[in-house]
Amino acid sequence: MKNNAADKFILFSLRFITYAIVLVVGYILFDIIKNGAPALNWQFVSTFPRRSGAEGGIFPAIVGTLYLVVGTIAVSLPLGVGGAIYLAEYADQGRFNTLIRLAIITLAGVPSIVFGLFGLGLFVLFCGFGPSILAGSLTLACMVLPTIIVASEESLRAVPKGFRDASLALGATKWEMIRTNILPYSLSGMITGSILGIGRAAGETAPILLTVAAFYLPRLPKSFFDQVMALPYHLYILATQHPEADRIRHMQYGTALVLLLLVLGLSLGAILIRTHFRKKFRW
Amino acid sequence: MSRSRKLHITDKLMRLLLVSAASTSVLIVCLIFLFLFKEAGPFAFKPGLEKLLDSQWIPVSFQEEHFGVGPLLSGSALVTALAMLVTVPISVLVAIYIAEIARPAEREFLKPFIEILASIPSVVLGFFGLLVVAPLVKTLFGLSTGLTALTGALLLSLMAIPTIISLSEDALVSVPYALKNASLALGASHLQTIFRVTLPAALPGIVAAVMLGIGRVIGETMAVLMVTGNSAILTFSPLASVRTMTATIAAEMGEVPFGSIHYQALFWIGIILLGITFALNIIAQRVLKKYGMMK
Amino acid sequence: MKKITLALGLLLLTAIAGCDSGPKQQSAPVQTLSIKGSDTMVHLVSSWTEEFMKAHAEADISVTGGGSGTGIAALINGTTDICAASRGMKDKEQNLAKENKVSPVEIPVARDGIALIVHPENPVNSLTIDQLRLIYTGKITNWKEVGGADTPILLLSRESSSGTFVFFQEHILNKEDFSPSARLLPGTSALVQAVAADRGAIAYVGLGFAEEAKSKAKTLGVQAKDQPKPVVPSEETVVSGAYPVSRPLFFYTNGIPKDTIKQFIDFCLSPAGQKIVRETGYVPVS
Repeated sequence: MKNNAADKFILFSLRFITYAIVLVVGYILFDIIKNGAPALNWQFVSTFPRRSGAEGGIFPAIVGTLYLVVGTIAVSLPLGVGGAIYLAEYADQGRFNTLIRLAIITLAGVPSIVFGLFGLGLFVLFCGFGPSILAGSLTLACMVLPTIIVASEESLRAVPKGFRDASLALGATKWEMIRTNILPYSLSGMITGSILGIGRAAGETAPILLTVAAFYLPRLPKSFFDQVMALPYHLYILATQHPEADRIRHMQYGTALVLLLLVLGLSLGAILIRTHFRKKFRW
Repeated sequence: MSRSRKLHITDKLMRLLLVSAASTSVLIVCLIFLFLFKEAGPFAFKPGLEKLLDSQWIPVSFQEEHFGVGPLLSGSALVTALAMLVTVPISVLVAIYIAEIARPAEREFLKPFIEILASIPSVVLGFFGLLVVAPLVKTLFGLSTGLTALTGALLLSLMAIPTIISLSEDALVSVPYALKNASLALGASHLQTIFRVTLPAALPGIVAAVMLGIGRVIGETMAVLMVTGNSAILTFSPLASVRTMTATIAAEMGEVPFGSIHYQALFWIGIILLGITFALNIIAQRVLKKYGMMK
Repeated sequence: MKKITLALGLLLLTAIAGCDSGPKQQSAPVQTLSIKGSDTMVHLVSSWTEEFMKAHAEADISVTGGGSGTGIAALINGTTDICAASRGMKDKEQNLAKENKVSPVEIPVARDGIALIVHPENPVNSLTIDQLRLIYTGKITNWKEVGGADTPILLLSRESSSGTFVFFQEHILNKEDFSPSARLLPGTSALVQAVAADRGAIAYVGLGFAEEAKSKAKTLGVQAKDQPKPVVPSEETVVSGAYPVSRPLFFYTNGIPKDTIKQFIDFCLSPAGQKIVRETGYVPVS
């Protein structure tokens, strides 16, 4: 009997804490949506900021963030997927293999501001790219690489061994086998993991602080060597350094909401892709 | 060229490409260490590394500049410790609930919330902290301002909770059924099994998760920059303003002429950060490996 | 197969991105200009930029803040054309510039008063410069020591990258260090918000910001040593020199300005440009 009462209490507490967290998350979303939604209109997302961001829209920041996302994907996806394929299909348990794994673990733990310092030192200064989409994308790509490799490797390993053996038995070369029998089935997992990782990168401020972000650019960037505005940086400046910060709450909330929607949208997109692919390639 | 010959060449080529792709991660890590030390290096000669042991961080001064990282380390440590105090109990308990108690339908409902929390960009959380959490802390404790270590810690825990929950959940789920069943067979209740058998068995995984969570928290920049008040003082009070290592780099990096002593000192802070997170990562991996739960 | 589609899609996106999405201009080649530096001036500089670009469609000017220190560093590093600074360059910076083969040219473009702001309900209305120094170096810690209520003083300041910070340190604190318990907030508006939220707070901000925040924060009068009574900052008192805490705002360029840089700076110094100075809460350079 005593057991039951104590048990019930513990169960209740566990449930309580869990749903308390759910409530907190819900409140954060609610706060941002409630205060940001009024600011969202076509004008907000399609025009340039005026009066240092106090009026107008955040179009260039949205475009800038998208450019950075595309740039990051372009660099990190091939490298990450390639690395994962190597690790899952080719590598033996040698020293090189251990080294690569150590590198991945290390990269995964590097703080985002240290990536910013690294990007500044290597891409902006040493390579001479200057603050630019190129430098920013490369920096973000380095940051996202471990996530992509890990996600891709997992989905590669999920493909049953039988697929490989059957293909090789029929005379396929290793690459042929990978291309036809493994990649199609692991693609969805790879893309999902990658997009999730990149979604998080889209929201990062520290790495782009020193490598690409500018506060006010009158025109959209024309080349990889241009700076861009970006949503996270824009929000940061609007919230802390704008002279009229407390009168433009709606602009700040609107920016936060757009950023949130972008990141969550990417995650949702990744999950939908995974579900779609799962249906197509069943085994 | 025969078809089989072509295939073989393609094969070799692909293998080469894939090896290079895999090697880039090693290359990047080496470059990171290389460039951090390259930019920070001269500080070891000119003012000398012992300057980093100064008691104050006053990088801009007409009197004398001080580059002691002590206050910054203590700032990061205080904020991290507070965050962990809040995060660990909550995360482990929630992980237990999700892994052991929740019904499958409930699980499908809960997990997206955790995922969403993990996806919220840190600048958005910092913004939310500035507008909602800081005033809350201010009123709750009757302070003159809500920009304190505690506020930063609360935001950081929001960021670490999803990480630790999902890793702990993995650890709990990995506990062999045999153990759980044996306990139940001996007459233990579900809850007794959880707390006396499953949890202890999953402990290595949970410890590793906590270490990774600590690493994540120490490395966090934007949220702390916006809400901790940024005073470079050595303090243990959660209601005081502190300056973390990460916020220092972010706030001061823009203003330093490249190559100046201040610039180099900031890179040293970066090296220290890297060292701490690297060590935490390695220890976490060792713990996981030792107890046979390689991820 | 899907990978190819993905790659093609990416290529397409990049191609679209590469296309000019702004108004087509075939006339003059685009002149890009980069201005970095003072947060105090960022609003002013942005306003100048917006006006200038209305008349000069081929100009492409980017404005970034970060503090005077940031701008000066950028000028020395060669990563900006114009540096906006709310303080003069320090000797150390001049030397570093020389080392990097940069020859900074200093051009005053406006004047600014530094206002001390407190919570509207703070009974104190003015302070002497000596009192300000003692407060900001941490030697006076309670408002009652300067004739106010028995409340601890909450010290608020900009980050060390700010020209306002350095100017304040040099001229008010007599080069002493700020008290380590001062909270360093990332931007001027953060300071204003913090002051409005607490009875014991005090902060120093550019005059323009103080006037913007009239309803939320009270501006103190400041009394210099040799003055009979405190002076409240305003355009008149700054221009006449009566208000003791004022400073010139500068543009620094590498070498004598030419071409677009010169055109832009000429605009800023013109009557139209100086009118904008007034509109944004600063004081025209005489």
